[in-house]
Amino acid sequence: MPEPLLQAVDLRRSFGTVHAVDGVSFTLPEGGSLGIVGGSGSGKTTTARIVVGLEHADAGEVRVRGRARPSRARGREQRLARAREVQMVFQDPYLSLDPRTGVDQVLRETLRLHFPDRDPEPRIRELLDQVGLGTRAADALPRQLSGGQRQRVAIARALAVEPAVLVLDEAVAALDVSVQAQILNLLADIREQTPIGYLFITHDLGVVRCVTDEVIVMRHGSVVEAGATAEVLAAPQHPYTRLLLDSVPHPGWNPDRIAAARQELTSPLAQPTQHTGGRSEPT
Amino acid sequence: MSTVLTRRPGLAKLRVRSGRSPLHLVCLGLVASVVLAALLAPWIAPHDPNAVDLGAALAGPSAEHPFGVDAAGRDTLSRLLLGARTSLLGPLGVVAFSTLAGVAIGTAAAWRGGWLDSLLSRATELVFAFPGMLLAVLVISVYGEGLLAPVVALGLAYLPYVSRLTRSLVLAERARPYVSAYRVQGHSALQICLRHILPNIAPVVLAQSTINFGYALMDLAGLSFLGLGVPPLTPDWGRMVFDGQTAVQHGYPLSAILPCLFVVLTVVAFNVVGERWADRVARRDR
Ligand SMILES: Nc1ncnc2c1ncn2[C@@H]1O[C@H](COP(=O)(O)OP(=O)(O)OP(=O)(O)O)[C@@H](O)[C@H]1O
Ligand SMILES: [Mg+2]
Repeated sequence: MPEPLLQAVDLRRSFGTVHAVDGVSFTLPEGGSLGIVGGSGSGKTTTARIVVGLEHADAGEVRVRGRARPSRARGREQRLARAREVQMVFQDPYLSLDPRTGVDQVLRETLRLHFPDRDPEPRIRELLDQVGLGTRAADALPRQLSGGQRQRVAIARALAVEPAVLVLDEAVAALDVSVQAQILNLLADIREQTPIGYLFITHDLGVVRCVTDEVIVMRHGSVVEAGATAEVLAAPQHPYTRLLLDSVPHPGWNPDRIAAARQELTSPLAQPTQHTGGRSEPT
Repeated sequence: MSTVLTRRPGLAKLRVRSGRSPLHLVCLGLVASVVLAALLAPWIAPHDPNAVDLGAALAGPSAEHPFGVDAAGRDTLSRLLLGARTSLLGPLGVVAFSTLAGVAIGTAAAWRGGWLDSLLSRATELVFAFPGMLLAVLVISVYGEGLLAPVVALGLAYLPYVSRLTRSLVLAERARPYVSAYRVQGHSALQICLRHILPNIAPVVLAQSTINFGYALMDLAGLSFLGLGVPPLTPDWGRMVFDGQTAVQHGYPLSAILPCLFVVLTVVAFNVVGERWADRVARRDR
């Protein structure tokens, strides 16, 4: 059996008394797309940050093609190798780009770092083309671009490294709906063209349906349900997943019933697990 | 930006309101002309600043000596012009040293954190607790006369202001997601600091350094007024006030009052220009 592309084994991380991530495991097959859904404060971002190496795990490990990712990179070679394993697209494209660095400069820096022997210019054009940005955008500073265009730049920057896995943490949450659809299509296209794997973090079940093959549902730092996306969405097994699904406004939607269900779920009888002291339940 | 620049109590009241304030323009002009005078001094000075004409000693303003002559018979205007060189060169050294070292220390402390941060913060506090002028006097008493000793001493004394400011700026900057993005991309800490963090915080640091320039000028003038630092014959504003004491006693105060005036005006001008600069940076960032 081939090694999975990305594997998280029993990740744990607490901040003080808050168990932000509490025993999370998942597997992303080669070229696959895995969604992580959950309400606010369920530990999705912390999981993503552990996977990319911005946060260390208290316990557990992240493996890429069977090899454990070291918690700290030592030396240039290891740093670059780590970067080529996993790249990330952040939630807010208004903050994830340096305001003083132009679009082509962002890409050039990354290409020079990872491929010093190659001429970066043709590759810059290729990347901009791939994410649907014209050459006109190449000279622009981030503040001259719209949110959608900035997120395209962030995606191009991540792709420039040619990573095996792309982690997207609420990558479309800050964008309006029509731009969201464009970016999601773009991501689907990229997956068809390249053997990249996606770890797609979101609280939006519609997004999960579009771009993931498999999904895990997180609550209070642990995985409450996992399976093929279509199955989980069609026949949710865990009450929390059902609640998430019911919380999406639809015809005949009854907020009162959902509030009652949420009450039931958070009462100590129904949910004997730890309380994270985290933020509110999904809405 | 919530970072506050360090200013001394008296001068902090001098605030330029936004818009094209005339005070700011005047100060900008003053800074420019003082710098220009210092650069061009040897060519525009009417006399040799050290040429002694005892016959004309303590003479009032005349066509030949527009600002009069001091007690030793030297032309005041020429000494003021050439004095601008020493008086600006000293603070320039202080500011260059404190800015370079302060930025390096502040950045290292903020980026590394942990024991390095505590160590550097303690060391900075130690220098903070020690009055800069006292430090300068001490260093001069050990190393004797010359511009270098007081410049290094004051540079050390000003360093904590810059390093503390830099540390807080870098801490705020490194928390921004774009820094995380560069780290994920595999860029080294040094590259991220030099290429992205420093250019982003530079305007605020340079504004503080501009303000510091004025204070350093004042401190150095104070030292040379005490007869410390600048060697006797060098034209220097602080030294001129010191030399002018006898003239004041004889009722010819011009050769002492003028350099005083220049020191005060230059300090205020640098203060206003620096503050205004910081203001503009803060507004642009918002
Ligand atoms: N650096 C930190 N220091 C302290 N607590 C933290 C830190 N990061 C996260 N937490 C806590 O960990 C829990 C999980 O946070 P996390 O950001 O991973 O949730 P999330 O699922 O991404 O939420 P959201 O959907 O709102 O982005 C929260 O209770 C949060 O308050
Ligand atoms: Mg999050």
